[in-house]
Amino acid sequence: MAYVPDIKPRSTGGSITKFLTSRAVLAPIIAMVVFVLFWEFLVWVNDWPDYVMASPSDLPAAFSKYWGLFVTFGWQTLWRTVVGLVLAVIVGLLLGMVMGFSRLMRDALYPLLVGFNAIPKATVVPIVALLFVGAHDFNTVLIAFMISFFPIAVSVSIGLSTLEPEYRDILRALGASQATIFWKIALPKTLPEFFGALKVAVTLAFIGTNLMEIVSPHGRGLGALFDSGKTNSDYPLMFAVLIALAILGIVLYYVVVALEKIFAGWADRQPG
Amino acid sequence: MTYPIIKIEGVRHAYQTPAGPLPVLDGLELTVDEGGFVAVVGPSGCGKSTLTRLVAGLMKPDAGTVMLHGETVTGPRATVGMAFQNPVLLEWRTILENIMLPLEIVATKMSKSEQKERANYLLELVGLEGFGDKRPSELSGGMRQRASLCRSLVHKPEVLILDEPFGALDAFTREDLWQTMHKVKAEEPFTGVLITHDLRESIFLADQVVVLSQRPARTQYVLDVPDTGPRDLDHLYTSEASEMLAILRHQIEVAQGRAAA
Repeated sequence: MAYVPDIKPRSTGGSITKFLTSRAVLAPIIAMVVFVLFWEFLVWVNDWPDYVMASPSDLPAAFSKYWGLFVTFGWQTLWRTVVGLVLAVIVGLLLGMVMGFSRLMRDALYPLLVGFNAIPKATVVPIVALLFVGAHDFNTVLIAFMISFFPIAVSVSIGLSTLEPEYRDILRALGASQATIFWKIALPKTLPEFFGALKVAVTLAFIGTNLMEIVSPHGRGLGALFDSGKTNSDYPLMFAVLIALAILGIVLYYVVVALEKIFAGWADRQPG
Repeated sequence: MTYPIIKIEGVRHAYQTPAGPLPVLDGLELTVDEGGFVAVVGPSGCGKSTLTRLVAGLMKPDAGTVMLHGETVTGPRATVGMAFQNPVLLEWRTILENIMLPLEIVATKMSKSEQKERANYLLELVGLEGFGDKRPSELSGGMRQRASLCRSLVHKPEVLILDEPFGALDAFTREDLWQTMHKVKAEEPFTGVLITHDLRESIFLADQVVVLSQRPARTQYVLDVPDTGPRDLDHLYTSEASEMLAILRHQIEVAQGRAAA
């Protein structure tokens, strides 16, 4: 198994109120409040109607009206994104390992991967939708996976191929197997790069899920809810979906940050 | 009766490069008796590190033999310990866990508590008691090198290969570590090869100094250091030491092609 370090909290003490009033929590909340107020002001001062731009004050009504749908569709979007991302992590790790350890494979696969990544996924969405027509869950997970595995594969391959030879030698000189060297040294050493890529991949997977949900007929998830808002000219609902997507995106991102702290927190050096 | 632990005879080796083969070793001879400590010096890029990789079994020579304990080296073996100029400590492990790493490979039957005890004993020996729970990033360069030394010794290797371990340290830290080396050698006997650029280091630590020629390297000169065993830093300022240093200095210039033999 990979080596998992003991986690010791950096600072001890501090109640929940202390945490909630800390700078790390207050600063982003104040920034969000300012942003919402500015948005409201912009709509008010320009006197924009709903179909140009809904204002934040329209949103609570939209949320409460469709709350049940937000919960079920939000869950669908969430689990499809996570499954797609997990697949991307598995395939990305495997590809990264193959390319990181074999020069030949790296030379062979890189152009193919770059080309694949360069294709805008919005163009792949209708192809996949037709290819596996009706298989909503499968299609959505597939797009989420396709859009997000590339950064993981690249970062893992770079992490492994740039491992200094001495790191390998300290175990190789003792007769350790390649697998042991991978688990004890190469993998943990690559974790900071891996998590850097995962932060990019999590947002990409989320975009992939929504692309499919919006395009796919009779789709599910928040993308489909957005699409139905569009069909019914329910503009506050469309904006409410965007806000819900932003919130889910933030949650997913910080889950990755938390995982990074647990598994690669050693790479984080306090300045000074 | 001394018994040769490391025996290198007529070793030739070339690296394959796009511009054709690059010979690095050509006629290398080296013998280290049991408990002996041989320093290898030579012009930079003369193949000293290749020598360490051959002894460690990380590569095979094109011709000639490398023998450990009378057996030809065909691959890595658990009875070798290595330390490099870069301490290569694993950042995600504590110092103690770093030192225990070789035991996880070669002494799997040893219990965790025995491994810890062994690692703590070595930490104390090199003057790092109490630092076992620190991360490598919290230690100074000299302390990291001490920890790296502990790791190379933890599995009681018969042969210790030191590839310029003190090369990146400042002069005072280096001298401290030289004295630590003598203490370690007295408590934890080993047969060692020390690759170095520092002639003072070579005569202070080793009981024999081997000068290699310019690439492709062969054994050019062998100097026996009369005083072996623990010595004082003052020793470096005796006329005897100056003479040895002058001889070695001259041999290096010969190797570089700047003086006639």
